[in-house]
Amino acid sequence: MKIVLQHLTKIYPNRNKKVGGEVVAVNDFDFEIPDGKLIGLLGPSGCGKSTTLNMICGLEKPTRGRIFFGDDDVTELPPENRGVGMVFQSYALYPHLTVRQNITFPLENLKGAEKLTKAQMNEKALEAARLVQIDQLMDRRPSELSGGQQQRVAIARALVNRPRVLLLDEPLSNLDARLRLQTREEIRRIQTETGITTIFVTHDQEEAMSISDQIVVMSAGVLQQMGPPQEVYDDPVNLFTARFLGTPAINVFQGTVRNEQLYIGEAAVLAVPGTADQEVFAGIRPEGFVISDDGPFVPELIRVEVMGRDTSVVCSHPACTTQTIRAIVPSDSVSHDAEIIRFALKPAKVHLFAKDTGLRIRTGGKQDG
Amino acid sequence: MDREERKAWLYLLPAMIFLGIFMVYPLFDVMVYSVEEGYNSASQTFRGVGLYNYAYVLRDPYFLQALKNTFILVIITVPVSTGIALLISVGLNSITRLKELFQTIFFLPYVTNTLAVGLVFMILFKKTPYSDGFVNLIIHFFGGSTVDFIEGPYWAKMFVMCFYTVWVVLPFKILILTSALASVDPDLYKAARVDGASKGRIFRKITLPMISPMIFYLVITGFIGAFKAYADEVAIFGTNLNAAGMNTIVGFVYDMLYGDSGGYPSYAAAAALILFVIVLTITVINLLVRRKNSVIS
Repeated sequence: MKIVLQHLTKIYPNRNKKVGGEVVAVNDFDFEIPDGKLIGLLGPSGCGKSTTLNMICGLEKPTRGRIFFGDDDVTELPPENRGVGMVFQSYALYPHLTVRQNITFPLENLKGAEKLTKAQMNEKALEAARLVQIDQLMDRRPSELSGGQQQRVAIARALVNRPRVLLLDEPLSNLDARLRLQTREEIRRIQTETGITTIFVTHDQEEAMSISDQIVVMSAGVLQQMGPPQEVYDDPVNLFTARFLGTPAINVFQGTVRNEQLYIGEAAVLAVPGTADQEVFAGIRPEGFVISDDGPFVPELIRVEVMGRDTSVVCSHPACTTQTIRAIVPSDSVSHDAEIIRFALKPAKVHLFAKDTGLRIRTGGKQDG
Repeated sequence: MDREERKAWLYLLPAMIFLGIFMVYPLFDVMVYSVEEGYNSASQTFRGVGLYNYAYVLRDPYFLQALKNTFILVIITVPVSTGIALLISVGLNSITRLKELFQTIFFLPYVTNTLAVGLVFMILFKKTPYSDGFVNLIIHFFGGSTVDFIEGPYWAKMFVMCFYTVWVVLPFKILILTSALASVDPDLYKAARVDGASKGRIFRKITLPMISPMIFYLVITGFIGAFKAYADEVAIFGTNLNAAGMNTIVGFVYDMLYGDSGGYPSYAAAAALILFVIVLTITVINLLVRRKNSVIS
């Protein structure tokens, strides 16, 4: 099911007591989620991603704007009539019911022609439980399950009624690191198997990048960028997206463009043809550094960290906006007793942003926006 | 006994001494009193040992009246007060504006003195040469005839008694239930809404089971409290409860000890032990029912 959000806005009046005014949690959201994809809604905490999810779910009413599932306008529908399944961050399993009762709960609420017999309910519950591989645990109570198992029950409950859209709110945040990796692949598998359009919210960019077909990056209630993870990573439209995606984070420098050359400090580090003379923020991905004997960029070397396949070179530079610079280079290209390291830069890994707006300046001097 | 354990017993000692002197010994003493036949409090002597005191008390019409009154009070006020408290708590929990104000209003009876509240009830219900009482004014307005709630028919007095008891125990129950309701994870309600459960079903299938331990607690303490009712009766009907026909078991015990017809500690002890057995039985039944239906560990 394709999901279309049109000018979606959520304003909480009187939320911000200090300012005495309203808080705009989601501001003029406008995008389309293709059918049958896994979408990662990504942003720092408080950016409005959960509010967006709740509005798609129907738990919160948008202040303005419309929501479509396919061609149906669901903006005014209550959650139960939208055909959504939701997995809450806390899982929200009913603690007094068994796993089976938890999963059949949505089925018991069906009315009229949709009403099911007990046997049909049990069969559907078992089918959902099999999908998430908890069919051995049907008679346990949630308190007798591990965190990962509880999450599977929550997913089974959300899926049992064949929703058109599956929503997951921070599905991995309550799991330990090992289980997190395993569960995110599990979510990917379940989504692929069912083909249900799935949106999940996370603040962890690695999580979103690793399993999503598309990511939607949000900040302060405003949509920043949307696209396949690699594309957004390689081609950020603004400084926020560039900084938010990628570990280690992008290195940002105060730079100047003069005569189609990017200067960091006094050194001309990269040719930027067609770019007008101006002050810029220059973002360089950690993998954008290449060790080279005649490289133009010479930061002060702090230490070299071995990570196995790659080596992380930690340096500092007065023009850098953070205390340290981190460059990731192949281990065989760096000698450990080096006192000075010279870098050349990969043009595709260097992005320029306008000083005032943070918008991307593309080679050729055109500004996004 | 190792050092740690000795220390633990040492910490428990003060409480054990006081409980022993003021709880265990008197309880034992009451049992002894209750089987001493023909006890004379002046000479501190008795004729023999047996169950005569119990036989006497169980045949005493005043005791039977008190037993009946107490049972009616328990059976009516515990479910009614718990139900009303639940209703009010759910209401309080679902409003946002003026919530604190209403919470305070509902809590006022709890901090008000029993006798003062009793006086207010007298004004509401009592017939005097000058007025028929506030409640009778309302009855008149709807075309009814005067009912004497304090000195009139038995059902009218019982109504006042139950009304008063419910009103007095309500604040505590509301306090407990509102906090129980507030502690239910709001995500559960959201999940139930997404799952398509109606309001009634959410209440029956989610809210009630989640707060059932607290409801159970209120029912048990409510039973025990209502069985021990006495002061409230005095506040409304005066000290001569037997004459008013509104005595309770505890009232009977008091009368047997200190009342105008008092001075019979053996009868008092027997009555007290009968009450003890009744309360114990009902509490045990409650616990068994609870264990059978226990769902949240």
